[in-house]
Amino acid sequence: MPNAEFSPSIDSRPTYAGLVSQGAAHGIMVADDAGAEALCDLAGSDASVMDHAHVLLVGAAAGTVARIEALKPRALHGAPDLDAATPLIKRLLSEARMGTHLYLAGSEGLMGLVSALATAEGLPLDAIQMEHRGSIARRMQCVHCKGITEDVTTDPFICSHCGLTLFVRDHFSRRLGVFQGVCVDAEAPGEVPETQEIRA
Amino acid sequence: MSKLALKVTAVETLSPLVKRFRFESPTGAPLPVFSGGAHITVEMPEGEIVRRNSYSLISDPYDGSGYEIAVRREDRGRGGSRHMHTKVREGDEITVSAPANHFQLDLRARKHVLIAGGIGITPFLSQLKQLGMEQKPFELHYAARSREEAAGLKLLPGAAHIHIHISDEGARMDLGAILDGQPLGTHVYTCGPDGLITAVADQAARLGWPKTSVHSEAFTAPPPGEPFEVVVKSSGKTVTVKADQSLLEALEAAKVEIDYSCRGGACGRCETHVTACDGRILHNDHWLSEAERAEQKTIMPCMSRFKGARLELDL
Amino acid sequence: MTMQFNEESFRGDYTFRNSPAAIRRFPFPFDRDEYMYSVNIEQHPGGPEGSPFEFAFDVDEHYVAEMKDREITLAEDPMRCQSLPHMELAGWDLLELIMVSKARDYPELFKLSRDGNAWHWINKPLGIDKKFTFLDPTTLPCGPLEYITRQAQGDFALLHEREGNLWLDAGMVTSQADWSLDFDVGMNFFEWHAPVPKARKMGVFDKALKFLLAVTQEKSYRRLNWTMTVNPRLDTSPENYHKWGPEKRTITPENVGAKQFLRVELQTFWRLPRSNALAFPIRCYLCNLEDIATQPKWGRRLHRVLRDIDPDLAEYKGFAVNQKVILDYLSQFDDGAETSPGIFPD
Repeated sequence: MPNAEFSPSIDSRPTYAGLVSQGAAHGIMVADDAGAEALCDLAGSDASVMDHAHVLLVGAAAGTVARIEALKPRALHGAPDLDAATPLIKRLLSEARMGTHLYLAGSEGLMGLVSALATAEGLPLDAIQMEHRGSIARRMQCVHCKGITEDVTTDPFICSHCGLTLFVRDHFSRRLGVFQGVCVDAEAPGEVPETQEIRA
Repeated sequence: MSKLALKVTAVETLSPLVKRFRFESPTGAPLPVFSGGAHITVEMPEGEIVRRNSYSLISDPYDGSGYEIAVRREDRGRGGSRHMHTKVREGDEITVSAPANHFQLDLRARKHVLIAGGIGITPFLSQLKQLGMEQKPFELHYAARSREEAAGLKLLPGAAHIHIHISDEGARMDLGAILDGQPLGTHVYTCGPDGLITAVADQAARLGWPKTSVHSEAFTAPPPGEPFEVVVKSSGKTVTVKADQSLLEALEAAKVEIDYSCRGGACGRCETHVTACDGRILHNDHWLSEAERAEQKTIMPCMSRFKGARLELDL
Repeated sequence: MTMQFNEESFRGDYTFRNSPAAIRRFPFPFDRDEYMYSVNIEQHPGGPEGSPFEFAFDVDEHYVAEMKDREITLAEDPMRCQSLPHMELAGWDLLELIMVSKARDYPELFKLSRDGNAWHWINKPLGIDKKFTFLDPTTLPCGPLEYITRQAQGDFALLHEREGNLWLDAGMVTSQADWSLDFDVGMNFFEWHAPVPKARKMGVFDKALKFLLAVTQEKSYRRLNWTMTVNPRLDTSPENYHKWGPEKRTITPENVGAKQFLRVELQTFWRLPRSNALAFPIRCYLCNLEDIATQPKWGRRLHRVLRDIDPDLAEYKGFAVNQKVILDYLSQFDDGAETSPGIFPD
């Protein structure tokens, strides 16, 4: 499955141009199971990119890990989920030098969270490349309780923290790496539109 | 607040070609403070012509007691710096703009690397003071041909992270060594000749630096050239641009309303739409892209000139 | 003349009211009988004596009550004031701008004495007498942005300039027209305004950004924006939308004149000296339809503007659901007579 194409939207909605090798620049690559495919394609276009890459796979299946290992990255790490991966991502970024590129591939949630971590560590946005693969589920923040609900696939959805019914906005905060969810029946409690699957 | 009528309170020769000027308010009222890298535009009336050149402020940005600039005499220029060197004396009155800044520090940076060539040291002198007050990590590299010409030596404090490179003494600046291995979040700023700016940008690109971390300010005054004429579309009036006048200055002298800030082809403020062009625009700015230059549909009057039969401006 | 400050509330029992003098000086935003987006920018400060445009930071009869309302909002949600680390200097710039302006324009209410960086600030209406060291945050109870904007009406955004764009990197936002600082902080000019319909397509924000980038210390500017709010509520935040949203459906033909407010933002733009950031204060003025109609020109004009507005804008401005009731009410003030140009009452 190639880089997902999203319908045109508002300016705050991120777009993902896809991964392009930066050659000999030092790279930090973070991908989930679906995103690992994009790393394989990247290595296919320029095998040498892996010579300078620290790869971190998040929640990837054993077979996926083996495929990346075969690409001979400079270092390969695994983590069961993003929470577990965060300290290592921060460590790699804090030790990185100018010229380091960050390659992210997989779900919008992963890319949003890791790019937020990276910009907070001082990495400029134009040193981050992203390619969307896999599920189009969104990482949503409830504007009311600020709780984050992962893997949201429907609009509206129920906030997993405060229980309000929220509609899914395209408004996206790069600093937080989340889309905004706003109470759908605030003005007329109980008047909730029919639930729909989120589309790309 | 609009233009400031100040008094020249000090003129000092720093090198054979560079003089330092200090301006203060005649009433002693504090002047607006500014940010590191800011400039003022100085008015230089001479006969019927008012020349205006922009100069970086080199004094302490948080000190409103006076403004200081350093001016390098450009004998091949259209006369602004020569005027400053030969006509302006202590006690004279002088009109300047309030400070504006097109070369500010990115205060998010983890570290600032400042690279100056020759008179390009000037914007960094106020930035150094700001970095000191903000206690930000930095290093400064100043390159000059000879110690005699290096006016910056008299203005720079001695400090461990200030490095002087005098090429006559064989101490050329090694950009690769300067830029390699800088920590994530470093920003680099260059001011000086075009060649230096390009060399730093190329070196940074080779090392994989993102463009948004690379900043520069070209140090240019409008070049003189052949006289030419332009037509102002709204009034149909023809304005003659003299050899030692910029197009912007000629339009100002003809009372044509036009906005400006840097007067050095860098800020984009005076960008003007061209409604008719039979000839060739001599683009001297750093603002328009190659494609925009080729189109000949816009011109930066602060820097650029014209050669040909007819140029009409949307003013 | 000493100013009288109202005792009033902007929530709960909503005892907010405008005196006849406050109504006459209300910054009515429509200079003609129709509305479309425009950049409508003028130099600021400057305007008729007694108008909200006269001084850099207008102080009016609502000052003390608005500051109390901000205190309540911040106590419930401290994240309404945020400043990314590189914006502290801009906070000091803003503090200086407001203190100097208020002490100059309202000497009977505010006093600032400065000896180098040793400053002494007296705010009589709020009973504050504070000595502190300028640029030394340890001498204030909170950051400079929060300190001064707890003493200044309106919301404040501080914009950092880089990459040819302006980034919303700090702010104090407790009386906003339905946008969240906590969510939007760190966004650039286009991202921050992304939810506004139509404007991007019309190029309004490209022009606005170009204009803002060109603002220098030499001149400051203002423009008016507007929306509609049910009840005189300052905190119409998305955070609390589920709390105030139901009030929007309480409009009836009987109460619309008293409960439906025109909400006007007096937005001003300032280039700050030390940080080179832009300050974007957004001052909110509220006036209900009843009070607006006391000025015949305004009653006629508001009816025409709201009647002919683009439906998408009526939705965005938050009154589409009440538009019919509002128009029925306002139509009684519109006799079809011509209105004079400009925003001021006849």
